[in-house]
Amino acid sequence: MSNSTPANPASVAKSISRPKDAAAAVSSVVEASNPVQGPNNIVAPTQMTGSQAIVRSLEELGVKDVFGLPGGAILPTYDPLMDSTKVNHILVRHEQGAGHAAQGYAMVSGEVGVCIATSGPGATNLVTALADANMDSVPMVAITGQVNSAFIGSDAFQEADIVGITMPITKHAFLVTNPEDIPRVMASAFYLAQTGRPGPVLVDITKDAQTAQMTFSWPPKVDLPGYRVVTRGHNKQLREAAKLIAGATRPVLYVGGGVIKADAHEELKAFAEFINAPVVTTLTARGAFPDSHPQHVGMPGMHGAVSAVTALQQSDLLITLGARFDDRVTGVLSSFAPNAKVIHADIDPAEISKNRVADVPIVGSLDEIIPQLFEACQTRFETEPQQDLSNWWSLLDRLRETYPIGYTETHDGLSAPQHVIGRIGELTGPEGVYVAGVGQHQMWAAQFVKYERPRSWLNSAGLGTMGYSVPAAMGAKVAQPDRVVWAIDGDGCFQMTNQELATCVINNIPIKVAVINNSSLGMVRQWQTLFYDARYSNTDLNTGHGTARVPDFVKLADAYGCVGLRCERDEDIDATIQKALEINDRPVVIDFVVSADSMVWPMVPAGVSNDQIQIARGMTPEWEEED
Amino acid sequence: MAKHTLSVLVEDVPGVLTRVASLFARRAFNIHSLAVGPTEIEGISRMTVVVDAEGDSLEQVTKQLNKLINVIKIVELLPESSVQRDHIMVKVRADAATRLQVTQAAELFRASVIDVATDSLVIEATGNAAKIEALLSVLEPFGIREIVQAGTLAVGRGSKSMSDRALKSLSA
Repeated sequence: MSNSTPANPASVAKSISRPKDAAAAVSSVVEASNPVQGPNNIVAPTQMTGSQAIVRSLEELGVKDVFGLPGGAILPTYDPLMDSTKVNHILVRHEQGAGHAAQGYAMVSGEVGVCIATSGPGATNLVTALADANMDSVPMVAITGQVNSAFIGSDAFQEADIVGITMPITKHAFLVTNPEDIPRVMASAFYLAQTGRPGPVLVDITKDAQTAQMTFSWPPKVDLPGYRVVTRGHNKQLREAAKLIAGATRPVLYVGGGVIKADAHEELKAFAEFINAPVVTTLTARGAFPDSHPQHVGMPGMHGAVSAVTALQQSDLLITLGARFDDRVTGVLSSFAPNAKVIHADIDPAEISKNRVADVPIVGSLDEIIPQLFEACQTRFETEPQQDLSNWWSLLDRLRETYPIGYTETHDGLSAPQHVIGRIGELTGPEGVYVAGVGQHQMWAAQFVKYERPRSWLNSAGLGTMGYSVPAAMGAKVAQPDRVVWAIDGDGCFQMTNQELATCVINNIPIKVAVINNSSLGMVRQWQTLFYDARYSNTDLNTGHGTARVPDFVKLADAYGCVGLRCERDEDIDATIQKALEINDRPVVIDFVVSADSMVWPMVPAGVSNDQIQIARGMTPEWEEED
Repeated sequence: MAKHTLSVLVEDVPGVLTRVASLFARRAFNIHSLAVGPTEIEGISRMTVVVDAEGDSLEQVTKQLNKLINVIKIVELLPESSVQRDHIMVKVRADAATRLQVTQAAELFRASVIDVATDSLVIEATGNAAKIEALLSVLEPFGIREIVQAGTLAVGRGSKSMSDRALKSLSA
């Protein structure tokens, strides 16, 4: 470390004060608009309890649906909630389900997802969902009850310091002990959750603050002196970016989930077509750019397409939009895209130069930056025409043609999971919502379903939470009941959160669950096959073909009041999917019995350069000589 | 690793110290000293944090600090453009035979004696880190019983005010 170039202290100091200073200099900061979401009714001061104020705040914020489960410390709030005609509460079976449902709700709709839990275990059960939302920048608000303020710190019954626990995994966490603070804190929480880089916000409210009287008025004053969001890109940086784009012979648009969060997919398409650069969409960005578009070269990363991985590796300019150089994309960082200059546009200044140093940093919201970049490039190209990209395109076209995403047939007579997932996508179409768990089925769902629009692909990308799928699909279906919502789940993941099928049945939320049942923790098993001499330590789940089938997923579905179907042969796949698509009065669970030996390819093994990508076991692409 | 002095304006709300401290801890920064207190503006506190850090990781941790909702502004105070002071209290052995020597030593450093007992003195001193270190090495032979030291305080030279500018940007 001591051998590294000493940083110029002056430049450090400058960059330190940059983010918030820059906000002051730019006119269009978010504060300029009204920070309180919802219809902004004027409510004259009215006496009510803290609990009523919580429910009233939710109503004034325009919240339509919340997911939760009551308990002692949040009981006062559940009473007025029962009378609300504006807020629909969905009773889950486990608080983690409420958290993921709020995420799914937010991811498909762009609105803040809301979940409610009681103190102690209720609150700690939300922790996984909060961490997940924090990693994937999902706007959500969690409301938790807390023990009476006089008991805080005394190890009271069902007491947990949930604000302390969630500090590192939320965008912010509030503790409310004074009922007069409720409207302001609620409005602030929603504002924080959805502006800037979206994220989860926790509001922990003591029981005595819920029961005490307060004076409610609306809208409250949101005062967050330390919170500023820059939305417009800096002109000088935009000009620099345009200069690099004009001079690049191997540019790539490296597109991350931020494009979807900013609703900037149309702007992206126009810009990409203007500069004619190849586009890669990361795991969180699937659908931000249509898969069918000729400029789309695939998903990059550990299980990315050869064309996408190579495009990044051999690029001379990464135009990074709302992506964060995650280790699953870069592989070994020092060998990632070694010859590329980097333009990095992101709303979060802390992402820029975190993993890979940016040559041109642009802080702002992508729905503003991308049109600004478009304009800057138009201006630049007038004096300096863009380089010819035809050599670059012929290389990538060749790779796309030679190494398309594919799979090998199985040898055990069981269906190939990739085929099952591909058919689900084809028979359902691009308007469907596809929600995966974590593991092999997640990667196959990212690879084999074709995404044509944003907010159609949901998964736990950053945290990698097994069990995300069913509750998140439930939340998505509540937000957009007219879309077909598929939970594409694994047999391991499904067993972590399938209790929410009860919630789906009772509340008429007809999701469709495809359990890709390879009778094992498939991704772990794949690593054991490849790196642990096929010693399958604790990965066999006994749910599939030729096992005791514990549990039997069809019987399980039946017990919950869902339709349970099983598909064990290739020739039944289409008919089974069709049947599921025709049932819309209750959830459907399909047990797709598939081969345990199918693996996710391509793969960049952990700890090596992306250049070592394998298209199948031990097989690397034949690289053509560089020109 | 080099020491850096960060001046951090924060909202005076519960939990803000935990948030700031845990960010440093998570990134494995060693906080060399920390001083927290109210400012001339009600509701705003100022933390002076001295950390061991390299330039790049300091920039990253500063950006992360800036993301904390309760953090209003962060400025690195460079030694050449700021004044920095440490404050110390030292309990030294001193009986009738050595008392005069100890008080004379303290005077040389413009330190003051703030408590006297038959066999000890408490000496208070303010100054930069080098001066404090020198004082301690002079007192050491007499027998140091206890040292209590506050975090470094630092303020930029000249008429500019960090909180002024921070608040101006808030109202802009």
